[in-house]
Amino acid sequence: MLDIRLYMLQRITAMIMAPLTLGHIAVMIYAIQGGLSSAEILGRTQGSVMWFLFYGTFVVAVSVHAAIGLRVIVAETFKMAGFALSVLTWSLCLIFLFMGARAVMAVTML
Amino acid sequence: MSSEQEKMDVSVWRGDAQSGKFEHFEVPAQESQTILDVVSWIQQNQDPTLSYRYACRVGMCGSCAMMVNGVPRWTCRTHVNKVLDGNKLEVGPLRNLPVIKDLATDMDVFFDKWVAAEGLHHPTKSREEPIEQITSDSAERMEANAGIECINCSICYAACDTVTGNPDYLGPAALQRAWTVYNDAKDADKQVVLDAVSGVGGCLNCHSQGSCSLHCPNDLNPMNAIAGLKRASAASFFRRRR
Amino acid sequence: MIRPHRAHSLWFAYILHRLSGLGLAVFLPAHFYVLSLALTQPERLDSLLQWSDQPVVKFAEFGLVFLLAVHIFGGLRLLAMEFLPWSANQKTIAASAVAGAFLISTTFFLQAI
Repeated sequence: MLDIRLYMLQRITAMIMAPLTLGHIAVMIYAIQGGLSSAEILGRTQGSVMWFLFYGTFVVAVSVHAAIGLRVIVAETFKMAGFALSVLTWSLCLIFLFMGARAVMAVTML
Repeated sequence: MSSEQEKMDVSVWRGDAQSGKFEHFEVPAQESQTILDVVSWIQQNQDPTLSYRYACRVGMCGSCAMMVNGVPRWTCRTHVNKVLDGNKLEVGPLRNLPVIKDLATDMDVFFDKWVAAEGLHHPTKSREEPIEQITSDSAERMEANAGIECINCSICYAACDTVTGNPDYLGPAALQRAWTVYNDAKDADKQVVLDAVSGVGGCLNCHSQGSCSLHCPNDLNPMNAIAGLKRASAASFFRRRR
Repeated sequence: MIRPHRAHSLWFAYILHRLSGLGLAVFLPAHFYVLSLALTQPERLDSLLQWSDQPVVKFAEFGLVFLLAVHIFGGLRLLAMEFLPWSANQKTIAASAVAGAFLISTTFFLQAI
């Protein structure tokens, strides 16, 4: 199911996301204190180039990583292969990318 | 032997590639008995139509491998009292291989994958040259030695769920053999091995479940071999990109 | 139940990694959608955030943080196994990954309630 390119993409996006995920969890543990509100979130993230880059990178990496991961699960569970499998993989990647990009823009753009 | 022998309830899978079911047999329990003894007793005393394989019966050929209570084992080296569940036993053909009849499976695909993983020798020298000097304690030689005692019994192949999910997957035994060839100082063509094992059915599909290393009766470690092949494939990928 | 040939800790590590990845992949679109409401319907976002103050939602969030933490720690174990020299104590590392994930998600939960 996996050729060397997909395998390396999976592993490289994983390595990129390792520090990003730990950072995200740390931010969540900090932010959840005293409840959440959109004002509190946006007050931190709006207009911030740093958060844009942080979560922007995260979204690109997770779109690739999750699409490949789901590709393997679908291939091994439902024995899907070939063109149908590639269509599914690309579609998932683009869905994650599009929705994720919207979310990043929603919280970082002014 | 003793006149008052306890009976075991042994269910044995009967059938072929199309269909089959478990059949129950009552087998007298002996003091010291292997699963192979039980299967042989059934075939010799109860049902001569039972088909099964064995050869050496002393744990060195691997022919007698079967699923015993859901776990792949060498039946000649599995003591009944180690696996008896109350008084029940369940014996079936190895997983992940097509069944020919009853407990005998078609090993062709296993051996085809063995060849496809390029576990072949690619000579470096001709008979005119001096013999390659092998140091037995070099890191590569020790890596290779860890896998060369494979007797192709197919237990790791039967245990692997990635083999179940992916028909192209070469499997732990074939990949381990490729790793021993890759680490062999006498072998000339490491790249051919890497290309064979990093393709669509190759080592990259391994999910490190570890059932192969857990169930190998020779205590080999295909999971480590496959991790080594992944490392070599990744290194080769980066070298080629430059 | 679990087939006997699978009943060992490294197989559980594998299935946990697979299921946590699957769970996160299913959650992610919902997560992205809710956040994007900040752009178009910020009042809805706020009411959703208020709704999420309920203990049962906080418990679900604890579960999600656990899935994320166990997926990344298990993934780091796999990256180490695949790119670094062989380490024999895979079972110990796998168990530590689960323990670490539980620790982190419990910390989150305690801050959340």
